[in-house]
Amino acid sequence: MCTVCGCGEGQVKIEGGAPESSHEHAHVHEDGTVHSHAHGHDHDHAHAHGSGEALAGVHAHSHHHADGSEHSHAHIHQGEHAHQHGHEGHHHHEHGVAGDLDYGAGPARAHAPGMSQSRMVQIEQDILAKNNAYAAANRQWFDERGILALNLVSSPGSGKTALLVRTIELLKGKVAISVVEGDQQTSNDAERIRATGVAALQINTGKGCHLDGHMVGHALERLQPADASLFLIENVGNLVCPAAFDLGEQHKVAILSVTEGEDKPLKYPDMFRAADVMLLNKCDLLPHLEFDADLAEANARRVNPELIIFRVSATSGEGLAAWVSWIEAGLEAQRGKHAETVDALRRRVAELERQLEHTRAVK
Amino acid sequence: MHEMSLAEGVLQLVEETAMRERAQRVKLVVLEIGRLSSVEPEAMKFCFEAVTSGGIAQGATLEIVVVPGEGWCMACGETVPMGEPYAACPRCGGYQLRPTGGTAMRVREIEIE
Repeated sequence: MCTVCGCGEGQVKIEGGAPESSHEHAHVHEDGTVHSHAHGHDHDHAHAHGSGEALAGVHAHSHHHADGSEHSHAHIHQGEHAHQHGHEGHHHHEHGVAGDLDYGAGPARAHAPGMSQSRMVQIEQDILAKNNAYAAANRQWFDERGILALNLVSSPGSGKTALLVRTIELLKGKVAISVVEGDQQTSNDAERIRATGVAALQINTGKGCHLDGHMVGHALERLQPADASLFLIENVGNLVCPAAFDLGEQHKVAILSVTEGEDKPLKYPDMFRAADVMLLNKCDLLPHLEFDADLAEANARRVNPELIIFRVSATSGEGLAAWVSWIEAGLEAQRGKHAETVDALRRRVAELERQLEHTRAVK
Repeated sequence: MHEMSLAEGVLQLVEETAMRERAQRVKLVVLEIGRLSSVEPEAMKFCFEAVTSGGIAQGATLEIVVVPGEGWCMACGETVPMGEPYAACPRCGGYQLRPTGGTAMRVREIEIE
């Protein structure tokens, strides 16, 4: 369920299946009266009739694919029919299932060959496509308005919120900021952010383990971030799932704290691969720990050779200047996109005005 | 990784298609999982059974086609096979490898009646 608006996204369940088959039949009573009545069948409700309907035949077969792999599966056939598998890149085959069924004189005989009840439907669609469409819409929205959106991801307890608070304090005099906080429960984090004076919206994902593009789209409607502003998204503390869900941000920023292990980028490579920036946080604690910061950086670069890394401490403030400069450079780049959009719109308006003049002149 | 929510995504696609085609039942779902997609086929099968229960796709066979992984090695300057994510290049042993194939996971087709 979408936890912002409460709509049932992703939970759409069609109980009992699509058009429920209703079925009419007549009874003849001993006294000679006849009555007929209709009733609907649930598709998983077994209902045995006498003559006129046959038992379904179970039919198993295996396929050999061009790549050498093999799979087998069973079908339950309801009638005598040919069916076709259109496996792309594999062989095409057609086979009739004759002999093992008899519909008698029942209506199933009316099925013309090739118009069988069972058929293949090509889908060819990415499972994450739906989220990607929401994310693309968000990204376009950000670009048109010159907004820099960052998606902060890490394990729980790496210091994301503390780092956000410090970052906001350093930037809030220079740029408008709004924040989305993702957590399974509580609005504690949004309250910590609001204490800095910037707008924050908490999204509770409930059972969900990550924010998705749809939730962030709703957050945008609610927060209405200003043009050329900074939009910070603190994802649910989880190093696995948020890697796969694009929110439309310009960059994912992974936060690794020195109280974790140096091998975390190797253990959870998807996240460090998806990120453009890694913040090595809590660096003020390095003298008290056996954490090898160079090794951690080397591991992170092994999974993502292009990763930009900043060593920072939200507590002492060390390294934050470089991180803030990186954000400012990103804001500048987004403003460039905004200016391009505005210029393009101006050119379009000028073009339309010319056309209008031309039409008037012709009249 | 989060196979349950991915299974929900698969189910949604399947149900939308089945509704559009006015199907009564979904018999087979063919899913392509790239070797580098971080999706575990076994976990996917388990979750698929759980999410389809009670709906139009209940009892449908889930057929998983594993798509081999491929990557572009910057050092070698060519496409090489990748058996797992973040593996070293089988030619030069380096890690400057960017996955280019077998990273997706998609519903290829369904069989309905």
